[in-house]
Amino acid sequence: MALSRLRGAIVPVALLILWEILSRVGVFSPIVLPPPSAVAVKWYSGLLPGLPYEPGSQSYLSWLFSGEMPHDAVASLARVLSGFVIGAGLAVPIGLLLGTSDRLYGLFSPLLEILRPIPPIAYIPLAIVWFGLGNPPALFLIALGTFFPVLVNTIAGVRQVDSIYIRAARNLGANSWTMFRRVILPAASPFVLAGMRIGIGTAFIVVIVAEMIAVSDGLGYRILEAREYMWSDKIIGGMLTIGILGLIIDGGMSRLNDHLLRWHRGLER
Amino acid sequence: MSAEIVIANASKVFGSGSGAVAALQDISATVPEGQFLCLLGPSGCGKSTLLNAVAGFTPLSEGTITLGGQAIAEPGPERGMVFQEYALFPWMNVEDNVRFGLDIKGVNRAEATVTVDRIVATLGLSDFRKRYPKDLSGGMRQRVAIARILALDPPVMLMDEPFGALDALTRRTLQDELLRIWAESRKTIVFVTHSIEEAIYLADRILVMTYRPGRIKRDLRVEIPRPRDTASGEFNALKRELAALVMEEQKRFTEAELHGAAVD
Repeated sequence: MALSRLRGAIVPVALLILWEILSRVGVFSPIVLPPPSAVAVKWYSGLLPGLPYEPGSQSYLSWLFSGEMPHDAVASLARVLSGFVIGAGLAVPIGLLLGTSDRLYGLFSPLLEILRPIPPIAYIPLAIVWFGLGNPPALFLIALGTFFPVLVNTIAGVRQVDSIYIRAARNLGANSWTMFRRVILPAASPFVLAGMRIGIGTAFIVVIVAEMIAVSDGLGYRILEAREYMWSDKIIGGMLTIGILGLIIDGGMSRLNDHLLRWHRGLER
Repeated sequence: MSAEIVIANASKVFGSGSGAVAALQDISATVPEGQFLCLLGPSGCGKSTLLNAVAGFTPLSEGTITLGGQAIAEPGPERGMVFQEYALFPWMNVEDNVRFGLDIKGVNRAEATVTVDRIVATLGLSDFRKRYPKDLSGGMRQRVAIARILALDPPVMLMDEPFGALDALTRRTLQDELLRIWAESRKTIVFVTHSIEEAIYLADRILVMTYRPGRIKRDLRVEIPRPRDTASGEFNALKRELAALVMEEQKRFTEAELHGAAVD
């Protein structure tokens, strides 16, 4: 186990060393590709608070997060989560409705088929026309990025509920409300959660783009800002933070899934 | 309410025109309260269709089925059904599966807990209450499925090849438990099987059904005293007699299948 992990580190470490050497001897200019050591230094300095700690004026925690990078990461995360809540909050009830009613599904599915393939990024110009600059267009785009994956999965989840569960519940005397709440909803939940996991992934892509365009903080904004000064070390450091945040979000989502779906066959190990 | 089931001139046709299949044809039978009835026959003989009609899942094309004098129009908890595929709710643990029918009925929490405790103990599930179905063996799952309907104390139990997917030993154990439960509660049981031995081991009465259209080929009482010894002479004499009947129908099924007509 430890050995295989060690073996897994060989290629990345070798690449880092090679990159460091090539940058140091001047094969790459620091603007094109700064050495990893410089990226690490820049990344670390962005992580630290800018000012010394003053016990009277602020809590220790808010001081700890007062550095530029933590501030940006929190801003991006807040956008992802609010946009996700809006998008999923709309998609789940609509999806349940369309999944349960064949008539509504028939009416709306052609529209969905047309809208679904449009990448949320393509809505940027329209979002700016509609909402101007700032958080509103960003949230709109993130919510949109979440909406379709969650919607499509919710509809599929409801429509694929095994009829044996419906029969068993009807046999026990369940009325339609009980059927919906205690049978259809939980039976569809693995699909809904899978949709949410895709949705939050999309939201995370969209937030970075939206921040490059509409707002003046967040990780997306920061790397674009660094480009204007040709601070490649800061750009790469920012990308690193984005990667870490993405990993945290997906990891959190996956643990939530594991917990909520602990009954699910797919999790048998 | 008496738990007598009266099936009168029941017919069921699936599809229409040239594709129409007569699954049941003019079946009449009365199942008195407390009887253990087995429906026996090969695939496609309509035994499951008949059971589903009694359960209220499949409306008849013609004829009526009544329970205690009341016509059956839809599924209901007084006719508890045990499915071959268990049909447990995988998102509920054992306890919640057993409790579900009581929740639907609106039984209060404390009272429901007493019932669940009792039923779970009856079926030897006490140590598994918090487990999810995916962590149970097939035999355990079917115990939960039986417990789930027993919680509602239905006068009628409908069982659709419930032990068909179990290994022989687990099967025998559950057959014995079912007989014990039936002996204590004297519920009316309609039990579908294609196993001749299972039918003889369990039933008071066996209806052998014909392959398409499904009709009653033989209505036969099993007089062997319980507990029945599957190795005894009378058991095997009956087995031989029934095997001849069932194999006739199985032959018709096989021929139809070879001609591409069988859709089960």
